[in-house]
Amino acid sequence: MWEYTDKVQDHFINPRNVGEIENADGVGNVGSIACGDALRLTIRVDENQVITDAKFKTFGCASAIASSSMLTEMLKGMKLEDAKKLTNDDIAKALGGLPKEKMHCSVMGREALEAAIADYTGAILPMAQGEVVCECFGVTDLEIIRAIRENALTSVEDITHFTKAGGGCGKCEGKLRALLAETVEGAAGEPTGAPKKKRMTTLEKIKRIEEVIEREIKPTLKKDGGDIQLVDVDGDFVTVSLRGACANCYSSRTTLKEYVERKLREQVLESLIVEEDK
Amino acid sequence: MAVLPDQVIYMDNNATTRIAPEVVDAMMPYLTQFYGNPSSMYTFGGQVGQALNKARQEIADLLGAEPGEIVFTSCGTESDSTAILSALQTNPGKNHLVTTKVEHPAVKNLCDNLESFTGRKHHVTRLPVAADGTLDLQRFKESLTDDTAIVSVMWANNETGVLFPVEEMAEIARECGILFHTDAVQAVGKIPIKLRETAIDFLSLSGHKLHAPKGVGVLYVRKGTPYIPFMNGGHQEHGRRGGTENVASIVGLGRACALAAEKMAEENTRVRALRDKLERGLLGTIPKSLLNGHPSQRLPNTANISFEYVEGEAILLHMNQHNICASSGSACTSGSLEPSHVLRAMGVPFTAAHGSIRFSLSIYNTEQEVDFVLATLPGIIAKLRTLSPFWEDK
Ligand SMILES: Cc1ncc(COP(=O)(O)O)c(C=O)c1O
Repeated sequence: MWEYTDKVQDHFINPRNVGEIENADGVGNVGSIACGDALRLTIRVDENQVITDAKFKTFGCASAIASSSMLTEMLKGMKLEDAKKLTNDDIAKALGGLPKEKMHCSVMGREALEAAIADYTGAILPMAQGEVVCECFGVTDLEIIRAIRENALTSVEDITHFTKAGGGCGKCEGKLRALLAETVEGAAGEPTGAPKKKRMTTLEKIKRIEEVIEREIKPTLKKDGGDIQLVDVDGDFVTVSLRGACANCYSSRTTLKEYVERKLREQVLESLIVEEDK
Repeated sequence: MAVLPDQVIYMDNNATTRIAPEVVDAMMPYLTQFYGNPSSMYTFGGQVGQALNKARQEIADLLGAEPGEIVFTSCGTESDSTAILSALQTNPGKNHLVTTKVEHPAVKNLCDNLESFTGRKHHVTRLPVAADGTLDLQRFKESLTDDTAIVSVMWANNETGVLFPVEEMAEIARECGILFHTDAVQAVGKIPIKLRETAIDFLSLSGHKLHAPKGVGVLYVRKGTPYIPFMNGGHQEHGRRGGTENVASIVGLGRACALAAEKMAEENTRVRALRDKLERGLLGTIPKSLLNGHPSQRLPNTANISFEYVEGEAILLHMNQHNICASSGSACTSGSLEPSHVLRAMGVPFTAAHGSIRFSLSIYNTEQEVDFVLATLPGIIAKLRTLSPFWEDK
């Protein structure tokens, strides 16, 4: 049994600001059902660059729900400039603390906020640009390095508590250790080496993409009631259409990026970008 | 503030059970007056040894075995380790183990560690299960080789209650000259077992799953089975397990086994009917809920139900507000980040695996309790679904 503070309990049992703002100015979707938690944050921003309203929908445990609820309370009336500076630790502190193993819930809140702000300003999310280190939970090196720096993490176990990286198959443990050593020593804060490009003919590329979709991606999506079709391949851009349960699911973007794109990058080409046919 | 037994609706009997009042009564003299060492020469000790023998008989009777085949241990986990490690040591040339993908960590982690840490000497076949959690016997047959030292397959699964045909599997293993162990921790006391009529060589059970205390277990070792102890020490248990016996708990376990034999019919009629009512009620009133595990090839007390698009820990904590106790296969409750290996092995999609709740009943549950859960749970699930970004009520 987890030791939750009264504030966590309160925000879990009586969550504030549940729902979605219609025609929101910014929308942030993070996590996925496969990962065990997901958060959809919507914000309203007025002409003075102040967040006037924030709502959430969360799939996850008590601390994920409480973190989301607290985040929306903190955001209401906050200047966008200040919201940009909000960290996961601010959310956790406002809740009177979270069990160490649950810190990733506060990290999810912060990431949803960043995504919503990026959606509003039209900026590109910097964290998603990194190289995926933990394939089970789709965590990039940039996210890990930031978590180590901001929270003064000292072990691989800490990294897992805060980012989930390493909490699945555990294969990335060596990489996490290396990132930790680099970051703590302050030697290298930059991502370790850009993804390598392999030479491949367009025909070969299409064939291999088709293969991976048929063999791996389709059967997995079908289990959850969805389906996928390859529409086009143009350079590094792969266009697909999602159908069934996936298509109208809020998580379709997450499915696309975290699952389909990751699989194709792993097995075909690291530079591929997957887009949905609209 | 402490929560007292009278205040809770306890439906987590696969995790642990209430100690039966009759068991407490049987134990008390050995916690107060009769503290002698059962190995001592004088009557004050020897009478304690007789109490152990009575318990041994009661346990053997429940299992359809001989008293001499009962070895007392400290828990189900110790029994599992003892059986598997003994088989590997008595078959020094054989390095292969056959088990399933859905074993309790007591067997699963032992096999994983044997594979990783003994210089990669051992290799393990983990049999897959079908979507309803059942095993394919043909695949089992094909997995056995000349190198196989032991088969370890649980009798009943702790998460879903699904039963495996271990009697049939033990026959097959015996034909190939391979030792057979079953982790029957969840099965003992709930379904009839007659080891005398089977080819099972080792069987594990644990006291706290059948209304005896925590910290006492049994390993059944068929007469004549080659055996090397795990706990080395004194001559207790005829040298099969060193360490002065946990007398009071063993006496309690004996009483619990005698009670289980008396209540076996009730377990399979009244408790089963309560479970069925709970299960049908929940599946019938809560949309997008599904049963995990074979509908009939299952323990009478267990129902594992997934509520899609909501997360298990959140459900459990809402249930806790109403003092209802159950378990979940979700990632968050285990402290790990992945949902139950059992549900994943069955191919339960993530949408459902994270929202699985296991209800496990006992003879102490009542119809009023089931009715209360049936009245309470739909509201909890509906509330959490209004929060869920994956749930759209259309
Ligand atoms: C199937 C199974 N095997 C083994 C065990 C372990 O028993 P013990 O807690 O006595 O070590 C359990 C208990 O959770 C179980 O359900």
